[in-house]
This record gives sequence, structure tokens and C-alpha cells, in this order.
Amino acid sequence: MDFTLKIWRQENAAVKGKFVTYQINDISPDSSFLEMLDQLNESLIDKVQKPVCFDSDCREGICGACGLYINGRPHGPDDAITTCQLHMRKFKSGQTIVIEPWRAKPFPIIKDLVVDRSSFDKIIEAGGYVSVNTGGVPDANSIPIPKANADLAMDAAACIGCGACVAACKNASAMLFVSAKVAHLSLLPQGRVEAKERVRKMVDTMDELGFGNCTNTGACEAECPKEISLTNIARLNREYYAAKLS
Amino acid sequence: MSNIFSTSIGRKLLMSLAGIFLLTFLVVHLGINLLVLRETQDAFNIAAHFMGTNPVIKVFEIVLFGGILIHIIYGMILSIQNGKSRPVRYKKDNHSQTSFFSKYMFHTAIIVGIFIVIHLFDFYFKAKFTDVVDSVTINGKHYHDLGELVIEKFKMPVFVFGYIFAFIFLSFHLHHGFQSAFQTLGINHKSYTPIIKAFGVVYSILIPLGFAIIPIVIYFFR
Amino acid sequence: MTDLKAKIPEGPLAEKWTRFKGNQKLVNPANKRKLDVIVVGSGLAGASAAASLGELGFNVKVFCYQDSTRRAHSIAAQGGINAAKNYPNDGDSVWRLFHDTIKGGDYRSREANVYRLAEVSGNIIDQCVAQGVPFAREYGGLLDNRSFGGAQVSRTFYARGQTGQQLLLGAYSALSRQVNKGSLEVFARTEMLDLVVVDGKARGIITRDLATGEIQRHSAHAVVVASGGYGNVFFLSTNAMGSNASAAWQCFKKGACFANPAYAQIHPTCIPVHGSFQSKLTLMSESLRNDGRIWVPKNKEDAEKIRKGTLKPTDLKEEDRDYYLERRYPAFGNLVPRDVASRAAKERCDAGYGVGTGLAVYLDFADAINRLGRDVIEARYGNLFQMYEKITDENPYETPMMIYPAIHYTMGGIWVDYELQTTVPGLFAIGEANFSDHGANRLGASALMQGLADGYFVLPYTIQNYLADEIKTPRLETSHPAFDEAEKAISERIDQLFSIQGTKSVDSFHKRLGAVMWDFVGMARNKEGLQQAIDQIVQIKKDFWSDVRIPGDKSELNPELEKAGRVADFIELGELMARDALQREESCGGHFREEYQTEEGEALRNDDQYRYVGAWEYKGADQEPVLHKEDLIFEYIQVKQRNYK
Repeated sequence: MDFTLKIWRQENAAVKGKFVTYQINDISPDSSFLEMLDQLNESLIDKVQKPVCFDSDCREGICGACGLYINGRPHGPDDAITTCQLHMRKFKSGQTIVIEPWRAKPFPIIKDLVVDRSSFDKIIEAGGYVSVNTGGVPDANSIPIPKANADLAMDAAACIGCGACVAACKNASAMLFVSAKVAHLSLLPQGRVEAKERVRKMVDTMDELGFGNCTNTGACEAECPKEISLTNIARLNREYYAAKLS
Repeated sequence: MSNIFSTSIGRKLLMSLAGIFLLTFLVVHLGINLLVLRETQDAFNIAAHFMGTNPVIKVFEIVLFGGILIHIIYGMILSIQNGKSRPVRYKKDNHSQTSFFSKYMFHTAIIVGIFIVIHLFDFYFKAKFTDVVDSVTINGKHYHDLGELVIEKFKMPVFVFGYIFAFIFLSFHLHHGFQSAFQTLGINHKSYTPIIKAFGVVYSILIPLGFAIIPIVIYFFR
Repeated sequence: MTDLKAKIPEGPLAEKWTRFKGNQKLVNPANKRKLDVIVVGSGLAGASAAASLGELGFNVKVFCYQDSTRRAHSIAAQGGINAAKNYPNDGDSVWRLFHDTIKGGDYRSREANVYRLAEVSGNIIDQCVAQGVPFAREYGGLLDNRSFGGAQVSRTFYARGQTGQQLLLGAYSALSRQVNKGSLEVFARTEMLDLVVVDGKARGIITRDLATGEIQRHSAHAVVVASGGYGNVFFLSTNAMGSNASAAWQCFKKGACFANPAYAQIHPTCIPVHGSFQSKLTLMSESLRNDGRIWVPKNKEDAEKIRKGTLKPTDLKEEDRDYYLERRYPAFGNLVPRDVASRAAKERCDAGYGVGTGLAVYLDFADAINRLGRDVIEARYGNLFQMYEKITDENPYETPMMIYPAIHYTMGGIWVDYELQTTVPGLFAIGEANFSDHGANRLGASALMQGLADGYFVLPYTIQNYLADEIKTPRLETSHPAFDEAEKAISERIDQLFSIQGTKSVDSFHKRLGAVMWDFVGMARNKEGLQQAIDQIVQIKKDFWSDVRIPGDKSELNPELEKAGRVADFIELGELMARDALQREESCGGHFREEYQTEEGEALRNDDQYRYVGAWEYKGADQEPVLHKEDLIFEYIQVKQRNYK
């Protein structure tokens, strides 16, 4: 398969970036999108040019490191996948593919397609945990938890922190990310103890970091590689009102 | 503790509450408007008089304007913030699968907003602050003949088109706004949310259709 | 001369850990504030250790090469975590978990370490549940267990197919809490490039900020290496792209012995290789073997037709299929340990019965779907099936999956004593980075257990036994000459890499190395091949240092430079692996020497001569490393030939 790639190149945060067009040929349809970029980079190195920088690590859709905005969709034209799980068979040979970094104020560009997502860590640091120290905890089976709740908590906890929700949202809102953690912990008795404190701090931090507001468009849910549901945002809203108005 | 209305979710809460209030107002407004289609405009004029003079309604009038203002002001604040959260735009438009109208809430709001202003000048301010509206006597009492004014306006094609145009955009706005208001309130349930969404779609079609039908009927049949 | 002192406490096996804790030195709270600990790596071991040390009151600095501590490759573990809770009442106990682990490791691990691991395993589950890890539950609300990879009891706790993710996020949340409290500082996108040793003690590290290229110095009272395994020596493995051995390798070069490098685990259920452009291999959870049946065609002609695409596997009659694991190992069937399952697959494929590209066997769910219904299978493995379909474009509900073994985990690692301290005082190694608990082969769902055991429940105790003597040691200024020297060496190495400006990319060398390793130091090894491997690796090293091309600049984000440093270390480590495999003239666990097998083709150990840990000491760039031996003494377990028939 042959492709024309329009890739965002930017030396660092301080300088302006631009799109650069590359031609790449003889790509196997079984190749993953990132393997296609690996091959592009090999050819650039051959030509003594700088390869395109992009984040990727586990390459099996769970670490959340990779994230490219491909032809107008975070993680590209397939559902419920990360960029590393996108395969070239999803494209037509001869197609032009536009590749951009995640764009949001709280995700500044480091280089090319690599962005700084440490704002997500800051949100978790604000309260995305249960305050227990190592040791001195009760037996694991001492608190029965309804299976339905455990399953819902697991659905929410599946978030990989890739940032596709922010990238997809027209407002660059981080509500799906925040709601996934709030929902995960608020559904479990262990997390209920400090539920109010948690949701207040996490939402405040999210606001301070400059993410946009949720307008319930559902783009985040549509692009989430782990299919985190909008119901979590509704739950976040409820938890937030309960915390603020009590 | 920071003020809830200075936070993102708090502002959205206000937007949603004001929106839901406006949703109920629209039903009342439509109910009265439809009276204009009766054989005489008496019932319409009496109802309009009631709405214009009843002290309870007058209080609600202030609440209503407050609601509209809150909805507009907070909508603007949120939109400005949202714009700032992505200083560099994407080259390629977003192709994510979302409800189409949700992307254009601000745009549809502007059109509806302009319409409201014109609408207020056409009817509300005229009746309230000027003497240009004729008088009519029903059962010995004097009323503004707003019914006649409505019919007069809707004999002009430009008004008919303008109103229908505005209500199409109101429909778009409500299509997303209705269900969005409930989501913001935190109401999302696997069996009830589909009902809310379906009802929202029906509402966003029927209510604007009800409003739009009035100029059409008047233009063609009166 | 390095002396390997395991420092195993006196007393009966079941009391050793309790006795150690009772008698060890502790640091009082006021002094903890004065002590700094560096943790390199933020996987299960690193994150849990860092969080626990922060909670205790030490000042902790955590380093990871990823952009966030939440992304360490522990996150990719799917199947589950073992613990001797005996919740299902099926006869499990600390002893049984201990016994299974020693046996599974082919009697090449320390009794005392493994017993402690089994002993604290239950606490891990308690801890994780308290953190909010959403383990799978029964309808009654209690925790669910499943049997996993070769175990006869159900002792595996799991969170769908994402157990590693959930456990890591639990540890990450505990770590984040300490960041918020100010007791812990995270340095993400930062790679350790050297260990700083002062007066024989580990006192700091040199790092490179990957985003800016800045070389930084960090001092501490102790350094904990939790940087994971070295499976990426093979280029293609189930490890993450960035997983590397450089931190461990620098420790080796600064005096820490490296134990059992030859012990690498090959995981039997990975998606087969499909092209030369492939960047990594994807693992399918071993839990698939609970319900899937592994087979190849009974006749070579059928295998050939399938490879050509003229015969569909679903059209092959039952009697024409060879369920070779069930045939060879009737007692365990498809659930034999990983090394056994992997070698059996290789044996069939080498004999010409492979499917797909010839290097694949079938994992078939047709029977399970008939027996349990598609819904049950979907509930158990839905996400794995989906993942398989995304990658291969084939629907495993309709046609059997294809699998092939791949490098997955490395049992070898930095040598540590009972206290997890290396041969360099003040330098500790935990998790996959050390060699300690799995012997020559690791059981499924035990990696997560060991990482968290080390991080939550072992290191936070044992490190205090060392730090208690360091309370009077003042903080070391990073202007100390030892830091100057280390930084200078690092800068020179980076400059040297850039100065080559050769013709070949880093990856091309990595692929060459990987091919040599897979062919000669992979699933089956022999003397001749290993000697050949060493010669070839020496050549690769020469070529690398004369012909590698690194574009760009050192003071910017430069993945090629990062890879170059890592591959340079992999090459050296690859050579050490081959040396270790060569010296170990027996077959055990993940180390299979073709010369040493039974008549049935099973691994043949030589307990009289090789029942030891082989720990290598670095002697300088131009000298051969020296092998030290720590004899393994089995007081409680009877050493047997493993038998899964």
C-alpha cells in the first residue's frame, strides 16, 4: 500500500511547527500504524534526516502512551483502539493521511507529535486515590461488594490515561478522564469514605489546569479506546453536587 | 470552599437549570400562541393580558429574563473558556461520531438569540411600553389587540420566513440541549436515559413545529 | 573478590521472615526525614516500593523513562496475581504456593525467599482491595479466583484481562498520594544512565532528561533499581518498546553481580510473527489455555495445505488433529508450565507441523463454545478475542486462534541477598530486575505477586536494616568528584555515539542482535550455537560502535539516541546471556540445552553440578566477566525431576 503523509513537525515548544508531506510506499496492510511510521523513520534516517518523534511504549493498547490525531480522529479511523492497535488495512492505498498531535492547552507540545500529558498526573495527585498506607488493611474479603458495582467500577477503572477524550472534545475537556477515576472509586465502599473531598479536589485541579468545559457532545466516549461511558460524567456531576451542596 | 458557580461543573449546572426552565416556558408560550389560531383572537388577547398583568406572572417574568440572561451569559463564559483550552486548532476537522447539533450549540444559540431580540421588539416591548398596539373590547373590558398584531405581522412573507427560520434553529438547539441538560444534572440511567433522549427529540421537533405552524396558517389561511 | 552472602536468617523456614523483621534494625521517624531514597522504575515493584517508603517518611525520588509513572510495562500483564488465600477452599496454603513456585522454577531458587513471597502474597490482595483495585467478584460480593497456568488450585485473583493495569494503577494512586503529600518527587521522561558509587556505597545516579537532553545528578542514601527485565535483548518480545536493561547494566558495571542471565521465559501464547516490519509481539493471556485446546494437524500434508490456504482448520476432522499437549501430558494437558508448552510448540513446528507461516499452532475454542456457549466464552475472554481480531483480522469465535511462543519475562537479573540488596551496599534491586524468586522458570500470575511483594512488604523493611546505619551520613553534594567523573563518562559516551555517524540505524543492529539471540540463545540452545552466538555478538558490537547512525542532536528529545544507548547495553548483556547459557551444562526451566534432555525430550537437570545461582561479576571492558556461584540448599523441599504427566 502507498500513502501520502502530512505530518506535524515542530522542533520544540518554543518554535512554530508546520506540516511536512512524506510519501511512503510498499506498506503491508497487516502493519500497524506505528510500524508504518517506524518504516518512515527508517527511511528518514537513511536520508540523514531527523525521524518523526511520537510516543509509544507497550504497543498493545494498554499503556496509554501513544496518541495521534489521524485524519480528524484521535487514534484514527477505528473504534475502541489506541493508535498502536490501528492497522493499515483500515486505510485505502493512495490515501492522504494527516497526522497531528493532541491539541489542548494543558497538553503542550514537546516535539513533533509528542505532547506533555503530566496534567493528567496532577489531577490524580489531587485526589485520585484511597488514602490507605501499606499494611494494616482489613482482609480482602471482609467487605463484600455487589458484583454489579464491582463491574461498573472496573469499566471506569479501565481508563488508560491516553488523553484521546481531551483530544476529541471540541472544548478540550478532561471530564471523561476525571469522571472515570471518580466513578471507579465512588462505586466502591473503600472509596466512598473520602468521595466528597476527592471529587472537589480533582475538579478544582482540572479547572485550574485549563481544560475546557463539558458540553455533553459525546466525542470523548466515541473515541475512548476503552469505551469509557458518558454515564461516568453524569455520576461525576452527581458526586460533585453532593460534595459541593452538602 | 470555593463557590460552586465559579467551577466548570457549577456553571454547567446553572446553564442546565436555566435551560430546563426555558424548556417549560416554551410549552406555556406555545399553548397561548396556539390560541391565536381560534376563530377570534379573544382568548389569545385575554391570555396575553393575563400574562402581562398578573402579579405572580410578573414575578415569573423577571425569573424568566433572569433565566435567559443566565443561560446566555454562562453560555458565553463557557464558550470563551472552551475556545482558550485549545489555542492551536486542528488542521483536519473532527470526524468523531457525535450528535451533529452538539457541535453547533453556540451558533444556533446566536441565531435564536437574535430572534428573541427581534421578537421582543415586535411584540413584547410594543405591548408593554408603547401605545402602537390597538385596543379591543371583549366582554366590556379593554385589551391590547395583540392577536391582530400577530396576524398583521404574519401576512408579511419576510416575517413568516424569519420566524420559521429561527424555529428551525431553535429545534437544532433543543435537540442537543434537552438531553444535555439532564446529563449535566447527573441524570443518566441505562433505562431512563433513552426515554429522556427520545422525549427530547420529540420535544425539539414538536415545540418548534407548533410555533412555526402559526405563521404558516395565518399566511395561507387568514 | 565479591563474596555472595545470601544472608538468609536462621530458624525454621516458616519463621525466618518473622524473625528477620523482629530482629532487624529500624529507622526512627525523625531520622527517616533525613534519608533520601532513589527508585528507578515505576512498575509494580518500583511504584509500590516508592509509595510505601514515602508513607514511612523517607524522601523518595522516582525515575521513569515513560511520560508518566502510570505507564510502566507491568500495566500490560493480563491474567492475574497469585495469592495463597485459599478463598475457594480447594486446599491451597502458603506451603503449597511456595512448593509450586520452587518446583515451577525447576529448583533453581532460594527456599527462604520463595517462602517469604508465598507468605506475604495474601497481604498483597488485602492491600490492593483497600486501594480500590476492582478485582473480579462473585455474585455474593466476595472475590473470585481462577486457576492459572499449571496450578492445580484456584489462587489467581484477576481484574478482567487487565490485572496488571489495575494493580499498577493502584500502586500509581498510592504513589500519587505521596506526591501530593510532598514526600515523593517524580522524574518522568528521565532515564538513569549511571550509578554513582562513593566509598563502596551506592550514593546516587546520573540521569538524562529525555525531553531536553539535560544530564542531571541525583544523590541519595540508597538506590533501588526496579527497572524490569531484559527481554528486549531479543528485539521482538512482549516487552514494551522502551523496556530496557540499561539501569541494571550500569549497576552491573559498577559492581553489582548479575545472576542467571540465561534464564529467559518464553511465553507460549503470543500472536505469531507476521512480517519483517514488526516492532513487537503481543501476548495473549495464558488464561486462554484454561478453555482453549492446542493442536496442530496430525499429518504434514494437511499442515502444508493449511499453510498454503487450500485447507481450512475448521474443515480438518477431529481424528486428523494432534492435541499434542494433551497427548504428551495427560495430567496437565493444555495447562503445563510455560516453558514446557513453548518447547512443545517449537518441537511441532520444527518438525513441519506448524500452521500459518509455519511458526504457529492452533488454540481452539470450538469445544469450549459448544460446551459453555459463546456468551460464557465472551464474558471470560471477550477483550482478548477482540484484541486478537484487531491485530490479525480473524475471528477467533469462528476459526481457531494461531499462537506461537515469544520472549516474555526474564528470571535472571541483578543478584540480591535475602534483603534484596545487591553486592554493592546501598544498591537494592526489586521486581523483575532482580533474579531472586522464580528460579529457572516463572509460574503464570507470579510476576505481579513478586513485584508487589518486593515493593510493598519486603523492601520497606529490609532497606531500613541498611539505612539504620546511614542516619549519620549527611546528604551528598552532587558536586562530589564521583558525580563529576560519572557525568563525564556519560557525556563522553553520548558524544562518541554521535561521532560515529555511520550508515546503519540503531534498529538494524537491534534486529541483528535479536535474530542471533532467538536462533542460538532462545528456546533451545547448544554449545556450538552459543559459541557461535558469542562470536556474532562480538562482531555486532564492533559494527555498532563503528557504523551506527544517530540523527539529530543530544540536547533535544531524541529517541534514536535513547535507543542507541539501550541497544549498546543489550549487545553486551546478550553476550553475557550466551556465556551463562554456555556454562550451565544442564537443562532447567527456561534454559534448555539440547545436549541435556531425557529420551522423551524433557529438560534434564544436573543437580549435582549446577544447583547454584550463577552470578557474574564485571571486570572491565576488555576482560571476561567472572562467574561466582551461590549454592542452593534445599532443606525443606525434596528436589525432583519435574513431571507434568
